Amino acid sequence: MLKRALAIITLLIIGYWLAQGLTGVPFGQDRMLVGQYYLNNVIKQTGSVNAVTAIVVNYRGFDTLGEVTVLFIASTGVGALLWRRKKKRTARTEGSVVLTTGARLLVPFILLFGVYIFIHGHLTPGGGFPGGATIATAFLLLYMAFTQYEIPHGAFEKTEGVAGMSYVLVGLIGLALGGYFLYDWIWQQWHWGINDVGRLFSGGFIPIIYTLIAIKVGTELSGIIDNMLKEEVRE
Amino acid sequence: MISVYYFGAISLVLIGLYAVLVKKNVLKILIGLSIMESGVNLLLVSVGYIAGRSAPILSEGVGPNNAVDPIPQALVLTAIVIGVATTALALSAAIILYEKYGTLNIEEIRRLRG
Repeated sequence: MLKRALAIITLLIIGYWLAQGLTGVPFGQDRMLVGQYYLNNVIKQTGSVNAVTAIVVNYRGFDTLGEVTVLFIASTGVGALLWRRKKKRTARTEGSVVLTTGARLLVPFILLFGVYIFIHGHLTPGGGFPGGATIATAFLLLYMAFTQYEIPHGAFEKTEGVAGMSYVLVGLIGLALGGYFLYDWIWQQWHWGINDVGRLFSGGFIPIIYTLIAIKVGTELSGIIDNMLKEEVRE
Repeated sequence: MISVYYFGAISLVLIGLYAVLVKKNVLKILIGLSIMESGVNLLLVSVGYIAGRSAPILSEGVGPNNAVDPIPQALVLTAIVIGVATTALALSAAIILYEKYGTLNIEEIRRLRG
């Protein structure tokens, strides 16, 4: 009881301190400095109408490469922590009729929706990370509905590695053609889709990189789900 | 007076911190960490909001001068992904703790006692 009271007092002090700090940051005011530059030049420099995507993939592409690396390290860490000599799915009861029928019906559509999200990353809200996560939920649904289901491990791991390497390769092609890593060679050098801004085939290398990221994120999250759902079996 | 969005963000951070400080179950502590994370994300996005402007997707009717700041949104996108990664790693650590000690109560897990 004393501990709980102490915790609440601490929280009130921290909350007051945070609120005090935020009184100097009025809500809803224009404080953009770099953001205005990005908004003014985003279509000319990247060909993408979605400024958030352009910042994530184009202006700060190196940062996103680091982010993908963090996700990869986390999935490797999950694999290493949960490593067992022999693992199997031990769930005994199948999912209910509603779950199995729903899974059979919905999985193709969930996959399609994930593909839609990441292909239209430069036009609508969304992109590689949400798209990949949506694709992983399709596999989660399959795991929950069927006791025997397992993802094809070999194929998924190879796909993940190839997608990650292709991201670096796209950056290295930029280094060779334009002089710096992750230079947008498709937009700035080849001018592909310069008349199609706002349509699907535009945005330079953003759709390509977001497709690679989505494949990588989808396979990685499916691998994490697989690692967490399996249990050790003793011989 | 602070804005209602800031108030909500601070409340989320405090609710999460309360769970971290008081709860004994490792899973509940991790849920508290996730709630704190959503509070921080909400705070960042609402700092970037500009009154009366729309999402930074430039299309008909939305020019560079009536879109909100895109940078906080891009940063929050990164933060969400990193949050998923850390949560997954922490959950697998919790699975191992349960296998080793047979409980998730942090007071019964001997070597974690502070």
